[in-house]
Amino acid sequence: MASISLKINGRVHIVDAEPVTPLLYVLSDDLQLRGPKFGCGLGQCGACSVIIDGRAVRSCVMPVSAVSQREITTLEGIGTLEQPHAIQQAFVDEGAAQCGFCLSGVILTAKALLDANPAATDEQIREAMSNVLCRCFTHTRMMRAIKRYQKRRA
Amino acid sequence: MKTELSRRDFLKTSGALIVTFSAASVAEPFVTAQGPFDTHPSHVDPDKLDSWLAVASDGTVTAYTGKCDFGQGMWTVQAQLVAEELCVSVDRVKLIQCDTSVTPDQGTTSGSQSTPTNFNTRNLAQAAATAREALVAMAAHRLGASMDQLSVEEGVISATSGSRVSYGELIGGEHFELAVSAAAKRRSPSEWKVLGKPVPSMDRAALMTGMFEFVHNVHVPGMVHGRVVRPPEVGATVANVDENSVQHVPGLIKVVVRSNFVGVVAEKQSQAAQAAKDLKVSWNPGPELPTQKDFYDYLQKQPSRDVMLVDSKDVDDKLKSAAQVLTSTYSHPYQAHGSIGSSCAVADVQADHATVWSATQSVYPTQHGLSMLTGLPLDRVRVVFVRGSGCYGLNAADTVSYDAALLSQAVHKPVRVQLTRQDEFISENYGSACVIEQQAGIDASGAIVAWDCATWSVSFGGRPGYDKPGNVITGMLAGFDPETIAPRAAVEPTGELRNGNNAVPSYVVGCIDGKCGGAGSIRSERVLTHAVKSPFFTGPLRSPLRLQNTFAHECFLDEISAHVKADPVAYRLQHLSETRIIDVVTAAAQAANWVARPSPKRGNVHTGTVAGRGIACVAYEGDNGYAALVAEVEVDQATGRVQAKRFVVAHDCGPISNPDGLRNQIEGGVLQGTSRALGEEITWDDRKVTSIDWRSYKTLPVGMQLPAIEIVLLDRPTAKATGAGETAITLAAAAINNAIFDATGARVRQVPFSPERVKAAMSDLLKKT
Repeated sequence: MASISLKINGRVHIVDAEPVTPLLYVLSDDLQLRGPKFGCGLGQCGACSVIIDGRAVRSCVMPVSAVSQREITTLEGIGTLEQPHAIQQAFVDEGAAQCGFCLSGVILTAKALLDANPAATDEQIREAMSNVLCRCFTHTRMMRAIKRYQKRRA
Repeated sequence: MKTELSRRDFLKTSGALIVTFSAASVAEPFVTAQGPFDTHPSHVDPDKLDSWLAVASDGTVTAYTGKCDFGQGMWTVQAQLVAEELCVSVDRVKLIQCDTSVTPDQGTTSGSQSTPTNFNTRNLAQAAATAREALVAMAAHRLGASMDQLSVEEGVISATSGSRVSYGELIGGEHFELAVSAAAKRRSPSEWKVLGKPVPSMDRAALMTGMFEFVHNVHVPGMVHGRVVRPPEVGATVANVDENSVQHVPGLIKVVVRSNFVGVVAEKQSQAAQAAKDLKVSWNPGPELPTQKDFYDYLQKQPSRDVMLVDSKDVDDKLKSAAQVLTSTYSHPYQAHGSIGSSCAVADVQADHATVWSATQSVYPTQHGLSMLTGLPLDRVRVVFVRGSGCYGLNAADTVSYDAALLSQAVHKPVRVQLTRQDEFISENYGSACVIEQQAGIDASGAIVAWDCATWSVSFGGRPGYDKPGNVITGMLAGFDPETIAPRAAVEPTGELRNGNNAVPSYVVGCIDGKCGGAGSIRSERVLTHAVKSPFFTGPLRSPLRLQNTFAHECFLDEISAHVKADPVAYRLQHLSETRIIDVVTAAAQAANWVARPSPKRGNVHTGTVAGRGIACVAYEGDNGYAALVAEVEVDQATGRVQAKRFVVAHDCGPISNPDGLRNQIEGGVLQGTSRALGEEITWDDRKVTSIDWRSYKTLPVGMQLPAIEIVLLDRPTAKATGAGETAITLAAAAINNAIFDATGARVRQVPFSPERVKAAMSDLLKKT
């Protein structure tokens, strides 16, 4: 066990964990954050996504020791119920969820892309979302929400 | 708006409403693995109004339902229903879903039965209507007015004289002490203010901001973490477990072995995961699996349990005398539920009672199974539904609830179990593989005069129901037997036509003893079903068997239509008789600007990318919803890759409760159906399942090339409310298949329509021509 300092959603947390522990377990078990979720545990679906230094990262395959001192943002870190982030609001407006389990992957992957490349083409958006899964297949509404956010932030 | 219900809220709101055990003497219904709709008597008496509704002194309405929301929208739409009947706005309704301590036993939330069950003239709808009438009667007494002088708005009842009284003042916090009245009048759809409106799903904001509590987020004080070690090969049994192999794992609490069930418990999740990975278990191999390549042939040769659904007794003669006979065989693979979130549950099993937080579709049946597994008395086991990842049927939510309970009982602590994706892929209850053989006789005019259909499906285990915990992997590993097929010959069909699995094509009359329940006009008909023991666990997967059967019927109809050079829409209409299916076919064709002509499309060459269109329709379960789907696809003939470009759906589910939620279900259903049609298939080798992750089991990602989806909703306010979650998905494979044929002239008779299969079908076609 090691004492590891993590900067999550703007706050510093000190957690006791084995250095190789996947970041996801620290976020969901130790810090009881609900945004990032265990989907496949293999980095293949996106449900565990967080943003680290501006990039969408799969926390289920990221050792916690590798992200100490870096800025980690989860789905609940970008906006709140009362003041959702513009991309969260776009998803609310489009009703872009069914079960909603996949949303960290969908919203944070799109946000990271559009923050880095606000003028991303439809093809680039599709490419970014090509390894993000939603098994309820709410894809149509999600892509609409992403486009809505892109227009709003322009 | 409060967007989540904490477990404390469940406890707080439940106290006043627990009613005494009442109907224990009622004969318990027979439950089978696929019998998801049965209920048992529980301590919450569904005949009592107080079991369904309570009105607080501030006028807030708490409603209790046994039909829960896993993303299909039942939370919002049931709140709308209660709000509508009680004439309050939807945000004044608080819905408590599926908790064996407080909600009525409504069996399983499945089979497109929630809306038919709770939105017609029974259960939740009728309870809410009873409550409104009771409140109005109380107000009449209080205000000294006759009931026809009263009007209700926002929970306030006003007399024409101007005097008024609120629900809270009339009943606040007290029991109604009334029976649910069958005579209570439901509000007419023409009066609806809340129901029938596109009320935004109430969980949205919490979902988008990461605040929603899933079962994966449940934390109980003192909770530790469990993982399971499943048999790596199908049917393998435990030979030896070497507990020393994990003594090095920090935080390890216990290795738990019960018969063939193996699990580990540790302080932290990462430790449990490591222990599960490192634990050395020797397994006795299971039986060799039938070869996948020949599986459909194998299936048809096995002993089977046969049911004759309809038999006009003249099919052989009519086929003999027909001008032409067409024959075709279609097959469909095992498919996975493949929830995006691998299943999870939390159990706190103590010496004399247990609480399990579970994403099960069946809190009461699961309570029974957990009582059998733990040996605790039934009334000492509580199952609380907490939403999991979308399940689409019997995913591993039930089995992981058993896992958590077994592990918790062994360590005397609350245990959270997270399955891995591989745990779930190798041992979930797959959607059934099927083979469907059909023959049709055609007369000289090109009309179908006889339809003969024989189906083979597979079954092993299934829903545990109230007494078969062995129907899912954990129960079997722990020593309970799964239900299996007892071979039996078919007997004469009697009574009403049973088309719950859509095994009877829409185009036949469906007559038994002169009583006809089919949607079509073909009088010479025979449908024989064979159920065969499956080597793998099976269970309901969204549109179970209905999808497989409809795929075969709708493609075969298309084959015949092409053979006689008829337009597929006109040819369908020629053989249909039921108005509601005719109407959806007509509406879909019209919205799609369907041009009448036979398939395949003339002028498409056998090179490059070609486009085509196809249609399919269904009377879901015979009478539980109607839909038609037009698909437009492109086929790249060099690669065999199929791209859906446009879908047009016409949909009729009776009165529409929430058009936005309905569209969401239809859109998702069509795309999920597309993924299942184009790529999804469970694969195996001689001993084990080999589709174990999202690389080896193919699903279409959010970044797929999206087809346009256009939806025509046919509202039928005076009809009974039907299900709507499974109608559209039922049609995707068939409509896409027919469009591939239209584009290429090649017929792919096996799901999924992988590039290899499409190419093979095209190359067969070229060889023939």
